[in-house]
Amino acid sequence: MKILYFAWLRERLNRASDEVSPPAEVKTLADLIIWLRANDEALDLAMANPKQFKLSKNARIVAWETPIADADTIAILPPMTGG
Amino acid sequence: MIIISNSPFDPGTLLTEFQANHPEAGAAVTFTGMVRSTPDHPITALILECYPELAQNEIATIRDAAIARFNLIDAAVLHRYGRLVPGEPIMQVITLASHRQAAFDGAQYLMDYLKTDAPFWKQEETATGTEWVEAKAADDNARDRWSK
Repeated sequence: MKILYFAWLRERLNRASDEVSPPAEVKTLADLIIWLRANDEALDLAMANPKQFKLSKNARIVAWETPIADADTIAILPPMTGG
Repeated sequence: MIIISNSPFDPGTLLTEFQANHPEAGAAVTFTGMVRSTPDHPITALILECYPELAQNEIATIRDAAIARFNLIDAAVLHRYGRLVPGEPIMQVITLASHRQAAFDGAQYLMDYLKTDAPFWKQEETATGTEWVEAKAADDNARDRWSK
């Protein structure tokens, strides 16, 4: 599973992406975020206010409860400032 | 029409080309967002990061919703990414409708949603370094008025 990071989150982690293999009990995006944070102190700190982030699965923004699979590309998106 | 681009563009040319394809439109509204540098807050550049594939998908959803809601004849969105200098256009929205109210409302709606729901992130470059632009609660409020 590929995880993409953007903007200040990417900078704080010092990388734009990760390849991960979460355990079987990680079934949804919400589960994935909990698992990623538990395994990465920098991400845990950066996501201290988790609800400000949107999440995308395969280039579509989806709800945190969305199920995930190994082949998915997930992005963690800080609050957007376009326009 | 949706364009996500790292190349400079001319808002006038885009409007002229877009209008030319729609003789049935009685009203065209266009909004251009530009890189701003003021004496109080001088910047040397604005650097826009983007997730292009997601931007294309999300802007398509927002544009489809605007066309359906305001009965627009068509709508165009162009958004830049990369490094832009003060005075350069960042993005443009064009709405075409039979009459002006729908064109104005459609453009406002598109802008309000693009601000908060399109995956772009601005970073200001100044003489002393770079800093990420913070999201504004006012932008969330502007978007949320459409769901009331």
